[in-house]
Amino acid sequence: MTTTIDTDRGVAERSMGFGLRALNWLAGSDLLDRIRMRKGLERALFQGTKQGFRTATVAGRTFKAAQQLGKPARQPRARSKGLFDITPDDEQAMFQEAGRAFAEEKVRPAAKEADDARATPPEILTQATELGVAMLGVPAELGGAMEEGAATTAVLIGEALAHGDMGIAYAALAPGAVATAIGLWGSAAQEATYLPAFTGEDAPAAALAILEPRPLFDPLKLATKARREGGDWVLDGTKSLIARAGECELFLVAADADGVGPALFVVESGTKGLAIEDEPAMGLRPASTGRLILEGARVPATGILGEGARADYVECVNRARIAWASLSVGTAQAVLDYVIPYVNERQAFGEPISNRQGVAFAVADIGIESSGMRLATYRAAARADQGADFAREAAIARRLCAQKGMKIGSEGVQLLGGHGFVKEHPVERWYRDLRSGGAMEGALLV
Amino acid sequence: MINLEIPKKYKPLVNQANQVATEVFRPISRKYDEAEHAYPKELDLLASLIDGMNEGSDLGGAGATGVRRSSNGSDPAQNRNGSNLSTVLGVIELCWGDVGLLLSMPRQGLGNSAIASVATEEQLERYGGRWAAMAITEPEAGSDSAAIRTTAELDGDEYVLNGEKIFVTSGDRADLIVVWATLDRSKGRAAIKSFIVERDNPGLKLDRLEHKLGIRASDTANFTLQDCRVPKDALLGDPEVKEKGFAGVMETFDNTRPLVAAMGVGVMRAALEETRAQLASAGVEIDYDTPVLSQPAAAARFLEMESDYEAAWLLTLQAAWMADNSKPNSLQASMAKAKAGRTCVEVTLGCVELCGAVGLGESELLEKWARDAKILDIFEGTQQIQLLIVARQLLGKTSSELR
Repeated sequence: MTTTIDTDRGVAERSMGFGLRALNWLAGSDLLDRIRMRKGLERALFQGTKQGFRTATVAGRTFKAAQQLGKPARQPRARSKGLFDITPDDEQAMFQEAGRAFAEEKVRPAAKEADDARATPPEILTQATELGVAMLGVPAELGGAMEEGAATTAVLIGEALAHGDMGIAYAALAPGAVATAIGLWGSAAQEATYLPAFTGEDAPAAALAILEPRPLFDPLKLATKARREGGDWVLDGTKSLIARAGECELFLVAADADGVGPALFVVESGTKGLAIEDEPAMGLRPASTGRLILEGARVPATGILGEGARADYVECVNRARIAWASLSVGTAQAVLDYVIPYVNERQAFGEPISNRQGVAFAVADIGIESSGMRLATYRAAARADQGADFAREAAIARRLCAQKGMKIGSEGVQLLGGHGFVKEHPVERWYRDLRSGGAMEGALLV
Repeated sequence: MINLEIPKKYKPLVNQANQVATEVFRPISRKYDEAEHAYPKELDLLASLIDGMNEGSDLGGAGATGVRRSSNGSDPAQNRNGSNLSTVLGVIELCWGDVGLLLSMPRQGLGNSAIASVATEEQLERYGGRWAAMAITEPEAGSDSAAIRTTAELDGDEYVLNGEKIFVTSGDRADLIVVWATLDRSKGRAAIKSFIVERDNPGLKLDRLEHKLGIRASDTANFTLQDCRVPKDALLGDPEVKEKGFAGVMETFDNTRPLVAAMGVGVMRAALEETRAQLASAGVEIDYDTPVLSQPAAAARFLEMESDYEAAWLLTLQAAWMADNSKPNSLQASMAKAKAGRTCVEVTLGCVELCGAVGLGESELLEKWARDAKILDIFEGTQQIQLLIVARQLLGKTSSELR
């Protein structure tokens, strides 16, 4: 019954609807003024284009191969003693401590403003790089910090940073995903060309671009295509919710490749046929999310990551899910840590509201479910480090974090009542971020 | 180093327990569900075998004897996997077979847990190796165990017990009943002590056996204690009336709650495995790579249930691991019990729903597991009691503030 309404309305009317909606959104966007593009846009609209606002990708640096190894360097397998253990090893504990301190001292205090501004302060990104987050996935032979247990370490860091703020954590950790992917699956030449840049202080912004803007997105069924032309690959499609898209110098783009299936392609930002569209979202706002549009973007035959093996790609998708789970765990813990003092101090009916079971049980549930989320995420990461199959564990961690994480985000607001709904408290931001974290694909890696 | 896999050294134990579950429990599972109150005599032989398993100290076996806190003076920084973990693993396997039968295992009762946890060395000597049930609940006192009315009065060298006890698991079959009673009702919880009563004590009168929703293989007895005389040294632990004493009694639960959580985990896994096979025969496979919302609704539901199962399983292992490493685990033990208790009900009922008539019918065990599951969210502290414990710990509240 309702489906006929749309078709009855006629094509012209619907097109106008799109145009007006776009116009309304763009006219109200401060971003246009901030980057002094209002005039250009008004002209573009006048010319009748229905496209969103686009900018070029940044020119980017020239990536040149340093000394190349005979065969690609890979992450060493974790040699577990085989005992059940929930304690991080010394090195992991060190990263975890550093991440927690950074999150508490720098990230949390900057979170609200970064959310409002839809941008993470550059000094925070620099400090995160100094923590080594971009080089965690770079093998030691190439100057990186990839050790056995790297996925678990990445989970601990993701959790720690997201306790500060999920959006800032996304902005800070996204480039490292590209380095990790190249370190895990890239050819020796790709490692030599791209990884050294991630070990320095001036690590580039970079993005692992898998997600596409359509409902029921499945990373194994990509709308972005890579076709062979001459000796090259030519890519067409749109990628969604990329952190700091406008600053990225390097992309790893997931595309359905002719005769190969879904695979990742190394695309430098200077490549012709790339455009960036701003894409503000419900959450993750400090990450300045945007779309990457590929129209006939041409990369050489060697541009496919590693051997383009399907198994590598599937592993990449699952590792990304573990990474997002770790961020949800951190944010869920932030909710718990915030609501406990609040419900203990807030008075109603002559006593703290936490004296009531209706309130106290909600807090208990947040504690129980966030613990379950954390353990499931740790297990998936530890299995990845051991070289065991972890598709099941990654799916479970993702499911728990999407479902229970969102419930926790919602309860966080609920427990503060009306005060949770206003921006004076961070719980409304965590509500938005926890929805986002559970729905993301790609973009981060462990 | 973070590793949440079952340690290799416990693989033989898990295998052994799984074989028991497969070869002994499953074949008689339906039989004793139907023949409620009939003693599963098949278990006698098995119990001797389990006793043997329990003898091997570190491989704590499959029952309730392994919950005594390890006080080994080894390096606290050293990660330890000990009897708490191995016991939980054994219980999971056996309850994958049949939770009612596990509860009917001779010498594996909760009373044995209490004895193992708080008895003096002499009491251990005297009562070790015998089957002990636990009698706490009364008609007017369930979760509020401090409100029990059964009294114990010292008369010369004996205590005289009077009162009524209900819901005593294995109460008819056990050799001993650990009875909770108060030395002085005016002194509240501090005066509550537990006493070991021989099953054949003439003052202990069996009133009846309950007919139940599930775990029908396990007998649930109601008793009246009428001038029931026990020797003075049948009092478990410290006879002094002091606040700490009750806390000590309650500490037993920190050790047994992960075991009940493990029971829930085992039942859940049984239901999930059967349901996975049933769904496969209907053409629905669970795909872990494809997003859950792009899969058939049945697969999505399954994945959701499996995720809750995994969380319950990991929380249970965590609580046991903490006990092995002498970390205070009261919070984690209650978290595990709360999660496993509610989840095993949701999951087993969900499996019945997914399998339709196959799930409901008695030709499969799915409906039985859904009936068995419910008690696991009730005994050893109901869901609500666990949430109270968790909330009090997280919020830093006393039991008088958060009631």
